[in-house]
This record gives sequence, structure tokens and C-alpha cells, in this order.
Amino acid sequence: MGQIKLNQVSKSFGDVEVIPPLDLTIEDGEFTVFVGPSGCGKSTLLRLIAGLEDITSGHIEIDGADATNVPPAKRGLAMVFQSYALYPHMSVRKNIAFPMRMAGVPKDEQDRRITAAAQALNLTDYLDRRPGQLSGGQRQRVAIGRAIVREPQAFLFDEPLSNLDAALRVGMRMEISELHKKLATTMVYVTHDQVEAMTMADKIVVLRAGRIEQVGAPLELYRNPDNKFVAGFIGSPSMNFLECSVEGTNVNHPAFSNPTPSLVEFAQGTTAVTMGVRPEHLNIVEGDNLTVELTEALGGVSYAYLRANDGTRLIVEERGDERSNQGDKVNVEFDPSRALMFDAQTEERMR
Amino acid sequence: MARSVTKQRKIINTAAAWAVSLLIFFPILWTILTSFKTEAQAIADPPVFLAFNWTLENYAVVMERSNYGRFLWNSIIIAGGSTLLGILIAVPAAWSMAFVPSRRTKDILLWMLSTKMLPAVGVLYPIYLLCIKFGVLDSKIALVFILMLINLPIIVWMLYTYFKEIPGEILEAARMDGASLKEEVLYVLTPMAIPGIASTILLNVILAWNEAFWTLNLTAAKAAPLTAFIASYSSPEGLFYAKLSAASTMAIAPILILGWFSQKQLVSGLTFGAVK
Repeated sequence: MGQIKLNQVSKSFGDVEVIPPLDLTIEDGEFTVFVGPSGCGKSTLLRLIAGLEDITSGHIEIDGADATNVPPAKRGLAMVFQSYALYPHMSVRKNIAFPMRMAGVPKDEQDRRITAAAQALNLTDYLDRRPGQLSGGQRQRVAIGRAIVREPQAFLFDEPLSNLDAALRVGMRMEISELHKKLATTMVYVTHDQVEAMTMADKIVVLRAGRIEQVGAPLELYRNPDNKFVAGFIGSPSMNFLECSVEGTNVNHPAFSNPTPSLVEFAQGTTAVTMGVRPEHLNIVEGDNLTVELTEALGGVSYAYLRANDGTRLIVEERGDERSNQGDKVNVEFDPSRALMFDAQTEERMR
Repeated sequence: MARSVTKQRKIINTAAAWAVSLLIFFPILWTILTSFKTEAQAIADPPVFLAFNWTLENYAVVMERSNYGRFLWNSIIIAGGSTLLGILIAVPAAWSMAFVPSRRTKDILLWMLSTKMLPAVGVLYPIYLLCIKFGVLDSKIALVFILMLINLPIIVWMLYTYFKEIPGEILEAARMDGASLKEEVLYVLTPMAIPGIASTILLNVILAWNEAFWTLNLTAAKAAPLTAFIASYSSPEGLFYAKLSAASTMAIAPILILGWFSQKQLVSGLTFGAVK
């Protein structure tokens, strides 16, 4: 069905290589999210899959067949754009019907699918309106409707929620997830928002500068990142990173009174490592190594922004009834098994 | 903050605007007035403005002497045909320049525009000789082609500017939705650019309608449009101002009426929706 396979796919614009050769397999029915900071090549990668950009080298396979030189229309993929890209001169009904009209679907079958899609997406009352008369959320639903009726091998979403306001975004996020459960069709979704990635994905592909940094299930990436970039990108607030010196099997940092025993065995001659600890794994205890610079109380949790005497900054998540206040002098402690070690030079995870 | 305009200032501005407009419009007004005078009143010194014996005699004479209908028909065919042909060629050209530009697209656009700066008379000989060679002197088809070519740079430029404002993602969506290139241009791009295409057509019809150099030089009797109709009253038996004016009025009336009814479209077209 909708398996998408990228084989040594690369893309250059002129002399600039935006995507170095990469391999990736998106399984049939999987919800895959491409995530990364802006300019990481995630949208370009999606457009390569769509066929809207030609690949510079490599092969793309869709459903087992080589699609490298197949035009976008013939790849059996439907795409939802960030700007919705509805046809402004057509009614909602005509917009949704357009791909079927192009494919020569019989009229009564068209009507049946439009009715079904409109019902599923709450658009029944708006079928005769123009896109210009709809709200952002409704427009995005029309764009999704236009994609559904084609019954594609896979859906491609290019940052579909970034033009919506925050409340609507959460709602649409759930709608898209439900749609995926119902249709069980492959979906490839591009976003810069790691929260969207975490909440929707079966599989996350983290990209940086056109390179795949790590591929995995959301919690797998969260708990077991391959490198400092993934560790820092996934999770909000971000993981704390501390430049530590190595002393035998312990690591030292001025922000902590005691050395931290490392569960990782360091190679001979290692003198420095970067230690990563998530804010929720740090506990505030009495002491005077750190100063509370700011606290953000969100209700269920608070985030305390701490500063050590040497300038190191830490974020700690607090949940209990007792929470720190601005100006407090404190210490932090944590379970050493929660600490992740990264090579100070290569930033690769040490396991 | 809105600029403060005193009432007095406003009156002066309005009066000045009317004065300038009347000044610009005056020659046309004078032509129309003269067409209703007798030949004697037309050359009277001092000139008579409104107090003359209004007569339709000139129109009757002109209608009797020349076949207005044939000139009008030729004008319609030449202006309409060259515009239609130009649009058919310019839509795909502008599409490719706007949506799949190459490194040289800007240069080509400028080069096209530069051909408009060449004095037409510079190529009169070659074109005249070509027309003779192909046996199309004094034919509508030759003028349709020549006027189309002359105005093509402007049509392409206008359409290019319009197409540039259409978001590329919509065309990409059409491509994803299975539209072929032809369907993409026909069902998505063109309907979205209708206002732009309409004002381009209007402007081009007006330009072609008023074009006098080629229409006068390449026609004799068969294909002569309204420009030749006016010209035919300017010399043969000396100048007859009243009849010349009547002929002029009859020649410019259709395009003036067209322009009047489409002025809103024309203005929005010429300002390219720059203020959205």
C-alpha cells in the first residue's frame, strides 16, 4: 500500500547541497513526522517525496514501484499545504471535487465522496461557500477534504497548523490524529513544533541541516536520544546540559557539591563530557550553590530558572506544594541513572 | 493622523483638478462640437463655442461618402484579433516566466520591453517589403500579426506581473491534485487571473484601436481601419474641419464608450493590485 522508501536521496540547489544523500523508510499506515529547526530541509524533503522538486540523485520508491521520475499527479499522494492553497475562485464543493474531476471519477461517485468528506469534517453547511468566506480552521478542513476524496496512498502535510491560532491548533491536531486512526493511511507530516511531533507521530524523524539525526518513536527519542541535538530539541523545556570534568568514574561540575557517579564507562583519557539532565529529573534541596533567578508557575508545574555561581544555568521542574521563590539559595540533586553523557567534542551520546 | 485640509484648500484643489481635466479633454470636446457645425462656422474667427446652428449634415455627408461600417469592422477585427492572438501567446509565456523562471528571465523581460523603444519607422521598409513578398499588403491578417507583435511585450509584462501575485502553492496543489499543465493553466491559473487578463485585453484593444502608423502605412482600401477613415478626410480636396471632426468623432466613439464603461477595471488593472 503506502510504503515510501528513500534511497540515497539528495538535493542540491545550484552548488548548495540542502540534503546530503539519505535513506529513510516510511512504513505503510505509519504517521511519520519530520521535525527540526527552520531551514533543516524538512519541507524540501517532503516536496521531494511529493515530486514538486526533482531529486538531484538517488531513488524514491512508493508502494514498491520506482517513483523517482513520476510526476506529482501520478504518485498517488495528496498534499495539504501550510497556506491551505485552496482554489479561491471555486466553491468548497468544487475545491473538494477538483482532484476527482481531474481523475475522471464519475459524477455520482464524486457526490458520494464529497458528502462523506463534508460530514467527516463538519463542512456540510459550507459546501457552497467560497474559501474566502471561511475561517482558517474551516479552510484547513477543506484542504484536508480535498486530500481525502482522492483516497491517496499517503497524505503529505506541510506545516498545516502553523497558520492557526493556538486553541484551534490543538483541536485540529486531534482531528488529524483521529483521521489517521480512521483511515489508517500513511501520513507524512512536517512541523517545526516538537509538541506536534510528540503528540501525533508514530515515528519522528529529527532533521538538522538536511541530515537525519535520529529516527524513532516519540518517547524513544525523548528517553534515549542519540546525540545532544536530539536531546535538546525534543522536550520542553529543553534538557539541561552541563560541561563536566571527568575524574575516574565520576563527573564533576561546580553547580553540584558532590561528584556524580557515571553509569557510562569512559574511554581512557577522557577528561571532559557534556552531561544532560531533564528538568523533571532535578530536585531542589537546601543549599547555596545556586540562585533562583526566576520562577514560572504554570499551575500543575512550575519551572525554576537557576544560576550557579560559575554562571551555569539550569531549569528545574517542580510539582509539589512547596515551590521555590525568586532569590532563594538552593542546591539540586538527581538520580545519577537519569543523567545522559555526551561526547564533549562530537556531541554523540556515550552509552 | 489624517492631514488637515481646510475647506478653502479643498475648493482650490477641486477647481484646479477640474481645470486640468477640462484642459486635457478640451481637444476632444472641440472636435465633437466642431462636428456639429457647418464648415463656415468651423473655421470662423473668432471661434464660436456653443452658439451655432447644430447640424447633423456632416455626419450625413460622411456616411454617404465613406463606408463607415467597413472601416469599423476592420478596426474591430484588427484590434480584437491582435489582442486575442497576443493573449493566447502571452499567457503561456507569462506562466513560464512567473512560475519557472530561468536565470535569464529578467533579461528577456527587459529585452522585450526594449523593443518598444525602437522607433517604428525604423522597421517600416523591411516590414513593408515582407508584406509585399507574402502578398499581404492591405490585408487584415497582416495587421493582426504586426499589431500583436508590437503589443506583445506589454501583454506579457502585464500578465507576468499579475501571475507573480498568484501564490505558487495553489498551482502546486493543482499539480498534486492531478491536473496536467494544460488543466493547471486552464482551470486554476486563468480563472484566478481573470481580472488581470481582462484589463490587459482592454488596454491592448485600446492600443491597437488607436494605432495609426502601421494601419496607415500598410493599408489602402480593403483592410483600412478607422484611423485610415479619419485620415481620408484630412487632405483630398483641402481641409474640411467639420467633416474631419465628424469622422474623428465616429472613429473614437466606440473606444471612448468602451473605455468609459470599463474604467474601473482598467484602473485596477493598471495599478496591478499593488495596494491590496
